Amino acid sequence: MIEVRNLAVAFDGTKILRNMTLSLPKGKLTGIVGPNGAGKSTLLTAMGRLTPIHSGEILFDGFPIGDIATASLAKRLSIFRQSTPITPRLSVRDLISFGRYPHTQGRPTGADLLIIEQAIARLDLSEFADRYLDTLSGGQRQRALLGMVLAQTGDVVLLDEPLNNLDITHARTVMRVAREEIEMGRTVAIVLHDLSIAANHCDHVIALKDGQLHSSGKPEYVLTNEGLSDLYNTKVDVAEIEGRRVILTV
Amino acid sequence: MGGHVMDNLSLPSRLAVLATLAVFALLAFMTLESRGNWGFVLPFRGIKALALITFATSVALSTMVFQTLTANRILTPSIMGFDALYILIQTSLVFTIGGVGYASIDPVMKFTVESVFMTAAALALFGMVLRGVHDIGRMVLTGLILGVLFRSITSLINRLIDPSEFSVIQQANFASFNAVNVELTWITFVLTAACFVWLMSIHKRLDIMALGRDAAKGLGVDYERETKKLLAVIALLVSSSTALIGPVYFYGLLIAALSHKLIGTWRHQYLLPASCIIGAGLLIASQTLFERVLSLQTSVAVVIEAIGGITFLLLLFTRKTR
Ligand SMILES: Nc1ncnc2c1ncn2[C@@H]1O[C@H](COP(=O)(O)OP(=O)(O)O)[C@@H](O)[C@H]1O
Ligand SMILES: [Mg+2]
Repeated sequence: MIEVRNLAVAFDGTKILRNMTLSLPKGKLTGIVGPNGAGKSTLLTAMGRLTPIHSGEILFDGFPIGDIATASLAKRLSIFRQSTPITPRLSVRDLISFGRYPHTQGRPTGADLLIIEQAIARLDLSEFADRYLDTLSGGQRQRALLGMVLAQTGDVVLLDEPLNNLDITHARTVMRVAREEIEMGRTVAIVLHDLSIAANHCDHVIALKDGQLHSSGKPEYVLTNEGLSDLYNTKVDVAEIEGRRVILTV
Repeated sequence: MGGHVMDNLSLPSRLAVLATLAVFALLAFMTLESRGNWGFVLPFRGIKALALITFATSVALSTMVFQTLTANRILTPSIMGFDALYILIQTSLVFTIGGVGYASIDPVMKFTVESVFMTAAALALFGMVLRGVHDIGRMVLTGLILGVLFRSITSLINRLIDPSEFSVIQQANFASFNAVNVELTWITFVLTAACFVWLMSIHKRLDIMALGRDAAKGLGVDYERETKKLLAVIALLVSSSTALIGPVYFYGLLIAALSHKLIGTWRHQYLLPASCIIGAGLLIASQTLFERVLSLQTSVAVVIEAIGGITFLLLLFTRKTR
């Protein structure tokens, strides 16, 4: 689905990503982990074509991503960005309806309205649907932004730290929604800091360190004592409690 | 946004209330102090009302679109030096072809040439400047410097111009709501109306561009290309308002602040018409008050600018810049 080959991304002459070759397996939930500044957001925005590539290539269904028209890419790939500087004075429903724009150019049909209402319900936003975003808490606002990305119904969904600011209930909601997306046949990549969540929810894990691929594969292969201790340069233990893998960082 | 009389009204009703008030202002403007001379008064006042509406609409639309592009509530084309740029182009034209030649060109032709230059210059200059837009402080400073720069070049050229030709420009350098050119009124009206129709037809896309470059690109909007188109429209609108009435520095900001206050939402479907109605209604009401009631011909521009200037400071100091 998405293949990254020998990718390098540079800012002001400094390479932020180097020699990066990896792929997001089709129809799987891929967790992306790694320390702050490892290049996770840069990788995601490069895949979403929001960050220019220095060298190498990113293929979407075999086509270089730069060759696909912006408008048609938006129908097939949706991206949730880590930081959105602007809090527009729009209702939650208004914002989520923007997710349909690539498909409708602003003229939604009944089917589109249904998708919008489903996105609202799936992220527990029904009681806020008509509230303005600037009257909501950070976590509620973030769920609204996620709702917009869901409503975009891309075949590939890229989520950059969607669980930040969320309480445990809503973090679970988002992981459940990510799994539902997989069941609908979509490919999802999700940047996570909570390694236990990565271990228990993801089908595939990509670990980045210092702008390079550190390791990738099944969670039980990547998220090990040695692997994680090396990735984060600090001692990490992996335990198993009632059949669930728990990453101990204390 | 605290409690407000409009808070309980739906968005279409708010537009209807504003439009009703504007129509009352227009009726007062057309009929007060007419002394029964209807045959003379109505066409004369009619064309003046059309000029005021056109001017206010261009200022309102250029400001709202500019604020969408820059994702803030405090920058306006005037504050960024657009009006000053137009006057510089006008002055350069007088300098190149001479005051007599300039005065003899058909006003429509003159306007066309000036707005073509204006659009090209705005795209070249501001396309570049807008990339630094996330830093409001830097943008305000850039606008200030560009404005001063354009105005000093203008006054330098003025000094080089033959004093007899100078009066041609003098008229153009100040906002004047009194003498309006009929032909120019019609052409700027048609242009402004066309811009309004086009902007309303892309209101959803404008909503999305207001989310910023990355979000807009993520939703499939070719942000760079659309920005260029919108900058060109802003340049045309500023050309219209400046050629018709003259430069105003803070009126756009006043209109934008009032529109946001009264409409609340960022949806351009409501924000754009509201800004036009508010801009035109307020201008016509002030003109009626000063000209007909208080018999003060010249103070309108001064008062409106002063209120706009205070709004600018208030927004700056209360940090309601986004
Ligand atoms: N716009 C930028 N200009 C310069 N450096 C940047 C920019 N964005 C990110 N970086 C740098 O790139 C590196 C990777 O950043 P990022 O991809 O955001 O990391 P992560 O998401 O893994 O925390 C960091 O060292 C960061 O300082
Ligand atoms: Mg990041």
